[in-house]
Amino acid sequence: MSTTRLELRTTPHIKAGRTVEQIMRAVLLALAPVCAFAVWQYGLSALALIVTVTAACLATERLANRLRGEASTLGDASATITGVLLALCLPPAFPLWMGAVAGIVAIALGKTLFGGLGHNVFNPALVGRAFVQAAFPAAITSWVPAYAPDRFTAFIPSTLTPPLMQPPDVSAWAQAAVDGFTGATPLARWKYDNVLTPAADFFAGSVAGSTGETGAVLILLGGLYLAARRYLDWRIPVAVLGSAALAAWLFQLWAPERYPEPLFVLLSGGLMLGAVFMATDMVTSPVTPLGVWLYGALIGVLTVLIRYFGGMPEGVMYAILVGNALTPLIDRYTPPRAFGTGGRR
Amino acid sequence: MIATRLNPHPPDRVRGSLSPLTRLFRRRPSFPRGLHLPEHKDTAGLPIRRLPFAPELIVPMLQHIGKPAIPLVRPGQTVVRGEPIARADGFYSLPVHAPVTGVVRAVEPRLLADGRMVTAVVIHTQAAADQRVLWRSPREVETLTGPELIQAIQDTGLAGMGGAAFPAHAKLAPPEDAVIDTLIVNGAECEPYLTCDHRVMLEWPTAVMDGIRLAMRACGARHAVIGVEDNKPDAIAALTAALPADGSIRVQAVATKYPQGAADILVYTLTGREVPAGQRSSAVGVLVSNVMTLATLGQLLPAGEGLIERVITVAGPGVTRPGNYRVPLGTPMRYLLDYVGARGGVREVVLGGPMMGPAVASLDVPVTKGTSGVLVLTPRELAYETRPVRACIKCGECVRVCPRGLNPSMLGLLATRGEYETMVADYHLEQCFECGCCSYVCPANIPLVQQFRVAKGVWRKRSATRAA
Repeated sequence: MSTTRLELRTTPHIKAGRTVEQIMRAVLLALAPVCAFAVWQYGLSALALIVTVTAACLATERLANRLRGEASTLGDASATITGVLLALCLPPAFPLWMGAVAGIVAIALGKTLFGGLGHNVFNPALVGRAFVQAAFPAAITSWVPAYAPDRFTAFIPSTLTPPLMQPPDVSAWAQAAVDGFTGATPLARWKYDNVLTPAADFFAGSVAGSTGETGAVLILLGGLYLAARRYLDWRIPVAVLGSAALAAWLFQLWAPERYPEPLFVLLSGGLMLGAVFMATDMVTSPVTPLGVWLYGALIGVLTVLIRYFGGMPEGVMYAILVGNALTPLIDRYTPPRAFGTGGRR
Repeated sequence: MIATRLNPHPPDRVRGSLSPLTRLFRRRPSFPRGLHLPEHKDTAGLPIRRLPFAPELIVPMLQHIGKPAIPLVRPGQTVVRGEPIARADGFYSLPVHAPVTGVVRAVEPRLLADGRMVTAVVIHTQAAADQRVLWRSPREVETLTGPELIQAIQDTGLAGMGGAAFPAHAKLAPPEDAVIDTLIVNGAECEPYLTCDHRVMLEWPTAVMDGIRLAMRACGARHAVIGVEDNKPDAIAALTAALPADGSIRVQAVATKYPQGAADILVYTLTGREVPAGQRSSAVGVLVSNVMTLATLGQLLPAGEGLIERVITVAGPGVTRPGNYRVPLGTPMRYLLDYVGARGGVREVVLGGPMMGPAVASLDVPVTKGTSGVLVLTPRELAYETRPVRACIKCGECVRVCPRGLNPSMLGLLATRGEYETMVADYHLEQCFECGCCSYVCPANIPLVQQFRVAKGVWRKRSATRAA
């Protein structure tokens, strides 16, 4: 004992085991079934898209590390999550080179320019998605059917478009691959053709949509796993989905012939994926208990408003980006009540 | 004026023994947020044992908050166990008694655990010294009036034994501006590893009751509630069996949750009253005292003895023979740790619990009145130190555990930017009592508590400069 060298540390001397890396890996684990389902639906093209976008994100992150003269931050797995999430919200027939552009923009503009993990204001994956939405308006709305017979042996024609080239029109291919495919998402069919897709189709994943947004059950399971391990704040998806359903229900009460039922609103488009995996991004969502509810409710209501009154059929992405932008303000004005400072608890 | 608010889980809703089914649906009284920590209460089953005298005891004149005591002895003088060797310097001060029979070797500045150099009486233990207390002035405590009782308590040299070491008589003296209706006895012992309060409640329940009755008389409280975390059912049973028949004292099991034993938190749990920011608990009509302090009061005052030893939990993975030891005050840490044996590579020695106890820089510091535990940690527990500190990812976990309802995430951000005024003005930094919950859960390994400590220090200095 006399030769012991004592260390002086500050309190507390013990720590919980959880780390940033653990949280990120758990999110990846929760995303794995969603990815697997996407590959099952769309075959090689979905796999190639997920791999390409993620690789672009990782390469951009590493380059940013070099330029900033810091150690590699690939180990925290956050760039991987950005890549996977981004790929999951792109159309399955999206040209790979455009996917790479989305990945580069997501990390470069969405994350490293703000200072890296923890400092970004917007969800990086959605920044990348918003960029390609503006840059490649045709490609981002070209939908293909799931379960094409040769999906595990051949790519969708547009997937392998050479860089900087416009993709070929895939509607003929889609018609040939799956008979009766309309080439429109359920939201577009509702908005432009006033045709409602039955709920069973959503659960089967047999509707057109982004690579990872059609597996509602798997997305919910992933969310439940993360919430059970306290890796995501359950109040966010509950608030987003709850407020969206409530808004949809009110609209339906007002004009039942014009607006769809709440279940359709919940299942269609990217709402499920957005509510569970995008809006819950810790960095870009509020930390205060009241703020979390406000933020989620705002996203849910905005999604419905954009879908119903905006120029495009889908509104989840912009709703979440607006929520991200308001997060610092929400945190500022919804502080928890400090002990002993009066008022109501 | 007493600000009373209804506790969502009023104490009297949970009383006596409950069936397992009832227990499932009725929640113990508790407080919002907080943490469930690994308990590590491995020493809970080990009875209190005496530690032998070290060859040399270092008895500091300042073992309490307040003014140091004035030494009454000179080098070369023989002292007997229990004899006063220093007198109190005013009301906010305490006398000191000789923990062992022996010869005063020196009266000189010595190092304390907190890093200060303080005058200490160094006593060479007499070879034949035994545990009998050779000096005492028994008195009839039942006839003592208010001021006499406070004086008698001061004469014992008793300081708060939960860690703060505030002079017991000063705390128990009835405040001029408030009426105390309830004495809260803190037997929560929420820090991991520590079990000394548990053993005291279990082994000396009568002394606990004696002390509580004396304290109630001193401060004028008509009721007393002993709050004990429900992970100590045997202590709850022992106390309940020793309760006086008049019903003035009650035992209340509270939820096992950190930091249940923080004074203001326990007051809220047991009474639903919230101590206003910047005020003492007397503002809401209660007074909080640690259970070992009161048990010791119950032992010392009727016997007319001074405080010369205390029970300490010596535990942690680095200890070969952990346990609850009755240790003479002034025992050097090195002697104590040699006696209990070390293993597994001692890395850090902590006084008190692992969440709030300070680490010591040297083993040549003595055990004092406020030392509640000695915890020896090995490299294994400190493995987190190798983790990198990352940027805050705003996971919000710290907000969800802060028992004070603060936003540690935001406070940490402001601390990094040096915006200490904003931390105090807009985010209630002064309400942080450094319980450590936020640092404990932070996945980015940010030393939040340390940041807040620095911020408070700098802010106090700045506002003092402004005021001058």
